[in-house]
Parts: sequence; structure tokens; C-alpha cells
Amino acid sequence: MSRLDTQELIIDVPGRASGRALNLCMAPGQRWGVLGPNGAGKTTLLHTLAGLKAPRSGEVHLDGEPLARLNRRRVAQQLGLVFQERQDGFPATVRETALIGRHPYLSPWRMEGGDDLCITHAALARMDVAHLADRLVSTLSGGERQRVAIATVLTQSPTIWLADEPTNHLDLHHQTAVMELLAEQAAAGSAVVMCLHDLNLAARWCDHLLLLYPDGEACWGPCSQMLELSALERLYDQRLATADIDGAPVFVPVR
Amino acid sequence: MNSADLAYSVAPRRWWRSLGLPLGILSLAALLAMGFSLSVGSASLSLMDVWAVLRGEGDALAQTLVLELRVPRTLAAFATGGLLAVAGALMQVLLRNPLADPYVLGLSGGASVGALVAMLAGMGGMVISGSAFAGALTSTLLVFGLAHGTGSWTPSRLLLTGVVVASGWGAVITLMLAISPVGRLPGMLYWLMGDLSYARTPWPPLALLAVVCVLVMPLGRSLNVLARGPLQAAALGVAVRPLEWTIYISASLLTAMAVTTAGSIGFVGLVVPHMLRLVVGNDQRLVLPACALAGGTLLVLADTLARTLIAPEQLPVGVITALLGVPTFLYLLYRSR
Repeated sequence: MSRLDTQELIIDVPGRASGRALNLCMAPGQRWGVLGPNGAGKTTLLHTLAGLKAPRSGEVHLDGEPLARLNRRRVAQQLGLVFQERQDGFPATVRETALIGRHPYLSPWRMEGGDDLCITHAALARMDVAHLADRLVSTLSGGERQRVAIATVLTQSPTIWLADEPTNHLDLHHQTAVMELLAEQAAAGSAVVMCLHDLNLAARWCDHLLLLYPDGEACWGPCSQMLELSALERLYDQRLATADIDGAPVFVPVR
Repeated sequence: MNSADLAYSVAPRRWWRSLGLPLGILSLAALLAMGFSLSVGSASLSLMDVWAVLRGEGDALAQTLVLELRVPRTLAAFATGGLLAVAGALMQVLLRNPLADPYVLGLSGGASVGALVAMLAGMGGMVISGSAFAGALTSTLLVFGLAHGTGSWTPSRLLLTGVVVASGWGAVITLMLAISPVGRLPGMLYWLMGDLSYARTPWPPLALLAVVCVLVMPLGRSLNVLARGPLQAAALGVAVRPLEWTIYISASLLTAMAVTTAGSIGFVGLVVPHMLRLVVGNDQRLVLPACALAGGTLLVLADTLARTLIAPEQLPVGVITALLGVPTFLYLLYRSR
């Protein structure tokens, strides 16, 4: 079980005023949704939370320790990040790609063993891509690549999941499957933070929301308090209509 | 998927099948190439004769021929080829660009200018080598310093800086050739195309090759992760910046040593890693030692041909590496997925 806290955190978005400092507490079992229009800093926030980007000011704490001072390998055993953008570099198969999730657990001299391959295989099967294990990643569709990326983090088995638009490129069935996976991870004691563009996925699958405004303003809290129509309309600068369907609010842009 | 398929697909790869078999085949090829190189030449010896000499038997002439002329030159060729191929493979991972090689980044240009200055000044052997080494290191620092600039350090910027610095060196080389006395031109041209007859002792490059191969093995998996991009690597716990520095400095050192030993031999650093990736895949723990063996083998064969094809004249070895490598590479590329 790990927890992620931010203290007076201001993320570094070039050319933007500092805005409101974030004092978040992402506890085990919580599912956080980060919402905001394009360029609001959702990806920057996620990279800052993962320690890949230095904040303008403030600190991120992992289990009470400042993230910047922790050993990267130890951090990688606790904290996994699903990237929005990926580069291929050299050709690699789906199995090889998912297998790198084991990297933080292996000492430099050790080869991946049978256990690591078993974990990888289970992750690929969970994401419905086990039948593609020997294919080159570059030959897959966008949605299949997205599922491989999530399988890679599943192989890494972190207790803090940071997911940058995890449903990107996915069809409706696989969107639900990914959300179920993240909910399952949270139920098992992980803290889950996901950037989402789809308000309805956030309303249905998250229990806490962080709204990031383009001017650096922010507000956060439990889902029930944050899904205010007027706040969301101001967030996206878009008029919305809402109704309750299947037990959760649904938001539709009004023409 | 039935249970038999499942059992097969998760069976651990045996290390000797994933690493041992390809490296064994390449080692055998390297030994055969060296045997070939030791036995052919102005006076041909049979492999049995060579074996006898290596055991300390055989007549005095054969002893001198093999031990004092052919063995040092063959080992120097092997070490140089191995160094160039490993340096190329490292640079390609560092820049995540298949076109990267030590020569593209201006290292050989700097070394060549250093060597040509020494030749123009009428200096011999050791001074030429030392001057080439200094030139290569100067070029490394120049490219790295300029690419580092005000702090942002991206692979594309490093590559572009290297290419521009390399073309600058190219202009300087042309200028020096244009103003040199005619009598010195053949030696300078041979050096520019690679010439192993300058190789004095094979031990420094061989030792460096062995040391680097041992040192990069524990880094292999980190390099595999780095090949997926620096952010992904950092997210998986790799200390990206120190690793990138280590790769750049070691690749530069390997190239400087190779150029110092045998002049500027193009092509090996670019093509050997690619050929191996097409055949053995992308695991750096296999690719790097395989590069050392295959690069060495290619250069031993090329040098043997260079000194025998039109004997007693010698051809520049760089010409042979290109003539051997280009069709092989194009064929493998054509056949690949």
C-alpha cells in the first residue's frame, strides 16, 4: 500500500502563471480523475507526480518521503505510469515490450526468468492481447498498442497507478475493461490517478476528481461534490446537459 | 489457447539458447576468419603449418611471418572491427536513430584531421596515433558541448550537431589534401580509407574491447529499456542521464581507439549492428557481444582480402568493408519483415 501526497505543488507549465498550489492526498483505494481542457497541464501533472518532471515549486511525497530524494528503482517498484505517447525506436514484439515492466525488480546481472514470463503472460491475457504476443508492436492498431502499454504497467504491478488517458484509442468494450481493471487495482489497495477527456467515464468510475483550469486554477474533492454542472461548464467553456442513466450522471454538450 | 500452448509460451528461455548459441556460432566464425587470415598472404601456409607455429614449432621463416607480421595485424583488425561495431550499436541506442554511427557524429573527422596534421608535419607512427586520438576526443567534446548548449539535450540535436561538425572536418580534410605535397598524398589517402599496416600492437584495442564487453553486460537490460525512450526508461527506474553519458563517453573512447589503430574505416559501425539486429533481435545483452565478434570477423576478412587481392600492392580496407557489407546488408534488409 502506498500513498501519494503533494505539498503546495505548482506544476511547471511554460508561460503560465502559477495559479493555485495543489495539496492533494491520494490514498490507497482511491480512484482520482483529472479533468481539464487541452493544455491545462494534465500530462505535466502526471509526469510531476511520477517524478519525471521537476515542479515549479512544492513537493511530491511517496509514503511521506520526498519523491525527488528516493531511489528511482525503488520508486518504479511502487509507481507505474501509462504514457499517452509512446515511441517505438527499435522493433520489439508485444511480449518483449510487456516484459520490460519487470525491469525494476531484476538486478543488473539477472536475466528474466520463468516467473517474469508468467507474470507478463498473465498481464497480456488480462488485457486481451496474449494472442498477439509474438507480433511486432509496430504492426498493431492504436487500440491494441494502448492495451499493450497497460499490460506493461500491469507487469510492473505498482501500488500507485498514474494513467494518462488510459482509454485512448479503445473501443467501448475495452474502455470498460480498462476501467474495470483500474477499479480492481484500487479495490486491492492501489491508489489510481487517471487523466480523462470523457466526463462520463470520470463520473462513473472515479470517486475523487481534480479539475484543472487553463489559467492554473484548480479545485478537487469527492466526485459527488465536484460534478456540478456550472463548474464543469466553466471548465470546458461549453454548455452541458445532464441526466442520470444507469446510476451515474451523464453529461452531453449542448449545441 | 489450450494448456500445452500456454506451457510453451511461458516456458523460460534457456540462457544458452538465447545467448550461447548465437555467440558460439559467431565465435567459431571469428576463429575461422583468423585462421584464414594467418594462413594466406605473400607466402601461403596451410592451417596445419599455422597451428604448428602457434604451438612453437615450424621453421624460422614461418615463425617470423606468422608471429611477427600476421598475428599482430590480424588481432588488430579483429579488435578494430569489434570496437567500431560496438560503438555503432551504442550510438544507435543512445540516439534511437538507426543512422547513428561514430562516423556520422564527427569522431572520425576529428581523428583524421589530427592524423593528417601529424603526417603533414612529417611525423611518424606514434605521433600520428596520438594526434588522431587527440583529434577524436576534441571532436567528442566539441559535439557534446555544443549539443548540450544551454541545457536541453535531445538526441536529434546531438545528431544534427555531429553531422554539421563532421562536414566541417570534411572541409578541413579536403583543404589539407589540396595543399599537401604530392609525395605525402598516398599515405594520407590510405589513412583516410583505413589502413591496418599502421597498427603497431593489438593489445590496447583488444583489452579495451574485452573490458567494455564485460562492463556493458550488466547495463544491457537498462539499454533495452532506454531504447523505448527516456521517459519510459525513467518511469521504469533507469537513471537516464548518467546512462546516456556513460554510453556517449564509452562509444567515443571505443571509436577513438579504433581510429587510432587503423585509420578511418567507415561502414562497420553502421552496418554490423543492423545486420545482427535483423538476425538475432534487439536484446542489447546479445547484440553488443555479438557486435564485437561479428565486427571483428568482418574486418579480419576484409583486411585479408585487402592485402591479398592485388598483392604485393594493398587496397584500403575501408573499400573492402563497404564492398562486402553493402550487398549483405541490402539483402538482409530486403528479406526482413
